[in-house]
Amino acid sequence: MSKKKWSGLLAGAVFALACSSAPAAEKLTILWAQWDPANYLQELVKDYEKQTGVTVKVETTPWPDFQTKAFREFAAKGDAYDLVVGDSQWLGAGSTGGHYVELTDFFKKHGVDKSMAPATVEGYAEYPKGSKHYWAVPLEGDATGWSYRKDWFDDPKEKAAFKKKYGYDLGVPKTWAHMRDIAEFFHRPSEKRYGIAIYTDNSYDALVMGYENVLFGYGGDLGDYKTYKVKGIIDSKTAVDALKFYKELYKYTPPGWGKVFFLEDNQAITEGLASMSMNFFAFFPALTNPATNKNAKVTGYFANPEGPTGKRFAALGGQGISIIKYSKKQDQAMKFLEWFIKDDVQQKWAELGGYTCSAKVLQSENFRKATPYNQAFYETMFMVKDFWAVPEYAELLDSMNKRLHPFIVGNKGSAEEALAGVANDWDKTFRKAGLLK
Amino acid sequence: MLARLDPGSASARRGLSDIAIRNLFIIPTIVFLIVFNIFPLIYSLGYSFTDFRASGSAPANFIGLQNYRELLADEYIWNNFTITAKYVLVSVGGQVLVGFGVALLLNRKIPAKGLVTTLLLLPMMMSMAVVGLFWQLLYSPSWGIINYVLGLEDFGWLSNADVALYAVALTDIWMWSPFVMLLSLAGLSAIPQHLYEAAAIDRATRWYTFTRITLPLVTPLLLIAIIFRTMEAFKTFDLAFIMTSMESTELIAIRLYKMAFQEWQTGKSCAMAYVVLIMVLAITNIYVKYLNQAKAR
Repeated sequence: MSKKKWSGLLAGAVFALACSSAPAAEKLTILWAQWDPANYLQELVKDYEKQTGVTVKVETTPWPDFQTKAFREFAAKGDAYDLVVGDSQWLGAGSTGGHYVELTDFFKKHGVDKSMAPATVEGYAEYPKGSKHYWAVPLEGDATGWSYRKDWFDDPKEKAAFKKKYGYDLGVPKTWAHMRDIAEFFHRPSEKRYGIAIYTDNSYDALVMGYENVLFGYGGDLGDYKTYKVKGIIDSKTAVDALKFYKELYKYTPPGWGKVFFLEDNQAITEGLASMSMNFFAFFPALTNPATNKNAKVTGYFANPEGPTGKRFAALGGQGISIIKYSKKQDQAMKFLEWFIKDDVQQKWAELGGYTCSAKVLQSENFRKATPYNQAFYETMFMVKDFWAVPEYAELLDSMNKRLHPFIVGNKGSAEEALAGVANDWDKTFRKAGLLK
Repeated sequence: MLARLDPGSASARRGLSDIAIRNLFIIPTIVFLIVFNIFPLIYSLGYSFTDFRASGSAPANFIGLQNYRELLADEYIWNNFTITAKYVLVSVGGQVLVGFGVALLLNRKIPAKGLVTTLLLLPMMMSMAVVGLFWQLLYSPSWGIINYVLGLEDFGWLSNADVALYAVALTDIWMWSPFVMLLSLAGLSAIPQHLYEAAAIDRATRWYTFTRITLPLVTPLLLIAIIFRTMEAFKTFDLAFIMTSMESTELIAIRLYKMAFQEWQTGKSCAMAYVVLIMVLAITNIYVKYLNQAKAR
């Protein structure tokens, strides 16, 4: 190679090096699950980019792999992501594992605990419960609610037949007992019409969330959240009655409903299979769209009904956004959160389709009338309760799935045996973790 | 002893000895094996005696054999092993019956034999995830073709706790019978024709010919197929994980995955991986023993 060529190559290399050492534009990366709200967030952060010049990328991963991917990254202490929109149950593992940056001072400084709906602060941000230590900013509020076929409910013939059979008017169920009656009434396998669609998938938290709706409504509980005592609570008579009730609802589901989650429960409405369908509110936008739901115009929405004691609760879904301890851009991430909690940003977040947790926006007339399901969502967000958020939550979920699924779907054993098993398993787990003395 | 280089060869001209060439090929492989196989194997053995959780920040504490004790006393784990054993028996048994049966049918003069054999091999060339999703649709109670053909209107193959495992095993049989067929066909076509001619002269019955000539001579290859399929079936994860998540289909590999990557019980899952490894090695050794006996015959 000639001397001239060598000099040319050297000059090129120096130029390339000079270019690479020029300051790169700042960029934040948020990890979230692959679903519509993540797309809304990507849309929202364009405003942040315009205002600050900082690019924000929302990286998504499919739901079944989300938890594994996030914790794999935490275990490796990787800095690929600066923020994570983590499930409410992750708070314990994220905080005690040292993966999340504590945001207690941030909360105090900006009054986040007051500006967000109280249940969302407790569910998505605080760990341990009642400690006033915060690890996430409530981002996507969510809980379970119901969609239903208004046209079936409003049909005069159906109304008359229902009144004749049950002695009261057919309408949106006010109690779980009403819901059972309606499910039974519309359950007509010979017409390919079924009563109800509920969660039965036992691979993560679907079945457990479904059961929690009834359990809490019946006045039962998972355990004592302060002492971690579970025996006598999760296997109480109330809990047993609630489980028997959930199994009864399963009788009125479409065929092959033994392992279903949000996709199938939405299909129950879009395909005209069921009269009512349980789902997280975050999945309802697809039902209002005539392109994805041919029954969109005749689909209505309601919040969980009351249990026998008059109590009304819903299983909490949704997520908060946390700063990852291993991020090298924690200051920039903190600035992003400051921007995100502003009232106008929360308003825009809600307009885009995100479920804001801002109390002010939630209570506004505009928000409650913006979609056919926002009123139900608003009611629900003030009656939510969550599963355990301890680092061992995955073991607790797994054990509950193992005990409840064979009873509800497989018709094996009794409700008493299933819940006694859960109580024993959880007792062992809490003792091993040193939480229960 | 290594052969000397031909002085005129290119290697000799560049000054590379036989030993240098050998090292050039072998050392990278050995280094790769040590770094990616042996080292993690030993490292995870160490973890199996600790309470380490990769998701937490607490250091690993030595707890002796506690993980192994807990695992062996856990009724769920034994249930997972029982489910896995059932799955292996049904799946591998089915594959051997179907695969060997099809090989016997193909081991004769039939038109377009090459094309038929190639088409029969297609299932095993597909990805497990694709096969799982595809069969999930076939089994669907609402729109699956299986219920339509069998006239079972609402039967939930994958949601029925008593049937789901066998439904997954059936999918595995569909996918991997061609593998057994391929090895059996190789064994069958290697049997010398004169043995059959001699048997025909002696007026041996078809059954006698099959049990005294065909089966003994094809057994070594059939056993190799069984060894491979048993090891794979014992480790099955993707097919069962994709198709259903019933408790009755929770194979040992799925339990291991949940323990390691959903519950993040890293130490305990390492211990469980060792228990599984020992079991697979034990089963494989039994087969190898039979294989050697078959070869000696």
